[in-house]
This record gives sequence, structure tokens and C-alpha cells, in this order.
Amino acid sequence: MTGRPAEAEELYDLYRELILDHARSPRHFGRLDNATHTAQGINPLCGDKLRMYFRIDENRRIEDTAFEGSGCAISVASASLLTDTVIGLSVDEADSVFSAVTKRLTQDNSEDKVDIGGARKEQMEKLKALDGVREFPSRVKCATLAWHALHSALSNDAIPATTE
Amino acid sequence: MTQAQPKPSITAADWRRDFPVLEQSVSGKPLVYLDSAASAQQPAAVIDAVARYHREDHANVHRGVHTLSHRATDAYEAARDKIRDFINATNRTEIVLTSGTTESINLVAQSFCRPGVGPGDKILITHLEHHANIVPWQLVCEQTGAELLVAPIDDKGQLDLEALWPLMTSDVFMLAVGHVSNALGTINPVREIIAEARKRDIPVLVDGAQGVPHMPIDVQALDCDFYAFSGHKMFGPTGTGVLYGRESLLDQMPPYKGGGDMILEVSFESTIYNDLPYKFEAGTPNISGVIGLGAAIDYLQSIGMQRIADYEYGLHEYMVSELSQVDDIRLIGTALNKASVQSFLLGDIHSHDLGTILDHQGVAIRTGHHCAMPVMTRFGISGTARASLAFYNNTNDVNRLIEALEKAKQVFA
Repeated sequence: MTGRPAEAEELYDLYRELILDHARSPRHFGRLDNATHTAQGINPLCGDKLRMYFRIDENRRIEDTAFEGSGCAISVASASLLTDTVIGLSVDEADSVFSAVTKRLTQDNSEDKVDIGGARKEQMEKLKALDGVREFPSRVKCATLAWHALHSALSNDAIPATTE
Repeated sequence: MTQAQPKPSITAADWRRDFPVLEQSVSGKPLVYLDSAASAQQPAAVIDAVARYHREDHANVHRGVHTLSHRATDAYEAARDKIRDFINATNRTEIVLTSGTTESINLVAQSFCRPGVGPGDKILITHLEHHANIVPWQLVCEQTGAELLVAPIDDKGQLDLEALWPLMTSDVFMLAVGHVSNALGTINPVREIIAEARKRDIPVLVDGAQGVPHMPIDVQALDCDFYAFSGHKMFGPTGTGVLYGRESLLDQMPPYKGGGDMILEVSFESTIYNDLPYKFEAGTPNISGVIGLGAAIDYLQSIGMQRIADYEYGLHEYMVSELSQVDDIRLIGTALNKASVQSFLLGDIHSHDLGTILDHQGVAIRTGHHCAMPVMTRFGISGTARASLAFYNNTNDVNRLIEALEKAKQVFA
């Protein structure tokens, strides 16, 4: 119907429009001045290397975020979607999104139980664009790389980011 | 009948049928295996030899007086003789069996270099090397205060010989160079390099992991001091490898590992080491793997390495020519003299994404940095897609690769 052979559906499911869009035009791409938290995500297998930046205010809310680095379409799109998602969330909320996303991508049929408020619902729906990786076990790590960096940055209160 | 029947001519199609693993579908399509540079597939002759050994002959080697131990020892040592013959070493004592190229190089680094080098000495490698021919030398440099020198390559991925010669000074303790680059396929002019090194009394180790599977190797003609290679890249089992070493050098070297089989006599005061090559083979070896490696050599000899080299040369030319006609492709590694491998990038598609899409078309390639990160850095990239050929591949495999690349472009359109 679209001229796509049926056997390629999984591929098009992995590389959805939204994923390709974020991979080509990643949001919040670059360094973040005055970041308070940062962490690097490295996948030595494929050479993906991302650095996530977060600026967290005194109320433990994520005021701003950015990321830089290089990686495959899946890892870059996932990082980009992450930045769109977590701005404005509390640290605890962001961490619960981390848990939900990683669980969702690594466990079949895991339902997304995280509640981060109605206004965010649409954004949480967008994260489902990453679901295609479930059919590609070797790519799950690409999709979760940025999220692990988020978790690591947020857990690392003791080590503030250097702004050089 | 008095007259022998003429032998039917054997074609690449027949060679392919010798490899059971190739007769399967992946993602619903006949498998196209273009990752032999990472690990080559095994012919039925190897698989059967290993199975037969386990079913009929297994025992420990060099130890028992019983029948099975004799059989195991005979088969294991017969494989050593086959290896000697295969690379035309002078003596079987020069064939040290290891777990792979990596261990072979570490053995030379620790046993040949470490006792002899110190501050002021240099170990010379090239920018093309696999991590296995970089890190063991870095370790020795850290341990001894020696300095690691790196000979540069040009934009085609060829060694810059004019820059290499002046680096080969009298304070260079050792030169380690790959025969064929695993990342770019460049065949280095090792004969010429060794001849220059010989003039300056610099011992040379050749990392032959990617050379042995694709061309005849004659270590005497090369005149190298050490030649390291792996069984699993030459259609044998994983966990097997070889270090060829010039006997006069191996003789002077202390053991690399201590344990059983490498001794003549042990007391708590001192140990008398065993003769070559057993001095370097502590512990129970990979007996079945080595027997499989012997079977792989028998199989390769039955075809002939020159024939394999000639066939692969034509197929490689075809692959490079077809790839170069794909729109938006960037070939990485365009040396004049190459074997087996072609690295490339397609448009702005990350190599990892390309690998997934190709796998979905049943085409297996390697993606990433290929354990040669300095090579990637040299070209300002984080990785490549790499198709690598063996003699069981054919033009249809290349055509399927090209089709799969076109599909990748559609997905990313």
C-alpha cells in the first residue's frame, strides 16, 4: 500500500519517521552552560559516545538539558527524545521515566506506569517510538544509552559537572 | 580402465558447499556472510575432525602411556607438523601453539621484549595496527620505560614508507607490523620492510591474522623473526593460534607462562624448562581445537592457497568496483594492494544502523571501529561498515550486499 514490502515492516518500525527526524535534527544538541550534573554514556562495542548535561535548580527540578557526542540513529534519537521529555521534571520524576523506559525496552509487554502529569502524556507517547528496538536485541543498548547516562548523572549529586 | 579420469574442475560453488553454516536463512533470506575477517566459518572437514576426536580419541597429551593419550598426542603433534609445512618454517620447534594472535603477540612482547628493553629503547609499530598489535607493546613500554613509535599512513590507508625508514633507527628494539590491515584490507609490503629491518638488525614481528587466510605464507622467504596468526580466521576453531618464531630467538627467551608441560624437572629450588616449543606451552592445550586447525590446513592445502588468493583477488576487485558505483558511498581504505576487506560509509547513515538493516536482509557485515580505533581517528570517523570476503563467497554475495545497501538508503530516505 505504501510500496514497502511486508517483510521490511520491522525495519520501518525501528526507523520510524520520528526516530529519523530526531536523529537528523537532534533537539538540545550541544553543550549546556552552567550544567550542574553531567554524565557520559559510552557503548564501546559500536563507539557511541554521548555526554548528557543537566541544570538542576534548588528545588531539584531539571531546568535545562542538552547533549553532545556521536552515535547511531537510535542512540542519538533516544537522547534527543530524552531531552524533550525531562525538561521541567523533578529529579525523582525523571528517574522514574528512566526506570519506565529501560523496563519497557528490555521487557516484553511491560506497561508504562509512570505518571508525570497530564501535560506530559503526549511526550511519553512519543517515547514509544523507541519500541521498535525490542525486535532488535542488539540495538536495545543504543536506545537506553542516554537514559543510563541520565540516571548516572542524577545519582551523582556529589560530583557536580565541571564547566571547564 | 587404465587411464585415470580427468579431475572435474572444482569451482567456488563447490567450496561453498563445504561450509554447512552457510546453508541457512537469516531474516528469511539466504545468509550472505561477509564477516570472515572477524571470524571465518569452518568447513565440514574441520567440524567432523573435532567431533571425531571427541568421540574416539580424547585424552590429555604428552602425559599418559595409554592408547588414547598416544592417539591424542599424535594427532595434536601432527597438526604442528601441518602448520610448519603450511607456513614453510624450518623446524617444528619453531611452531608455538597459542590461543590466538593476541596471545602470540603478548608472548613476544613479554618474553622477547620485556627482558631486553629499557628507557631509551623504542618499539616501532604502524598506524594501521589492530589493538592486539598495539596494546601488548604499550604494556611493555609502561613496564620498561621504552617508547612506542608509530609509523604514519597516507589517505589511502597505505604505510608511508618514506616516513617509516627514518624511524628504523638503531635504538629500535623491535618492529611489529600487520601483514594485512583488518580495518582497511591494505596489504603491507612486509617483505620490503623486513629486508630493511634486517639491514639494521631490528627484529620483526608480523601480525599475520589477516594474511594467512588469504595468501600463501612462507616465513623463510619473508625472513621475519616472528609471525603470529589465529586458527579461527583460517577456517579452524576459535581458541587456537600460532606463534612462529626463529629458533635462535625462541631459544633465548624465558617461558611466558609457568605450569605443567613446559618443564623437564621441577623441585622447589628450581625448574628445568622443557625444550622448544613446549617451553612456551604451559598447561593442557586446546587439543581438539589444534586438531581442527590441522584439518583446516589439510582442507586449504587441498584447494591450494595460491588458487584461493587468485580467486579472492578477482572477487575483491568485483566487490570494490560494485561498491564504488553506489551513490553516496565513501570507500575507506583505497590502497592499491588490498585483500579481502572493504570498509565504507553510506551517506550519513551510521555504520551501526547500516549493520542492522543489512542483517535484516540476511547480509552479515561488521560495523564499528574493528578494534583499530587509531585507524578510525586517522580518517576522522568513529567507525565504518566492513565487508570481508573469503573464498566461499561469490559474486552473488556481492550483489546481495549492493541490494541491501540500496534498501538501507530507502529506509533512511
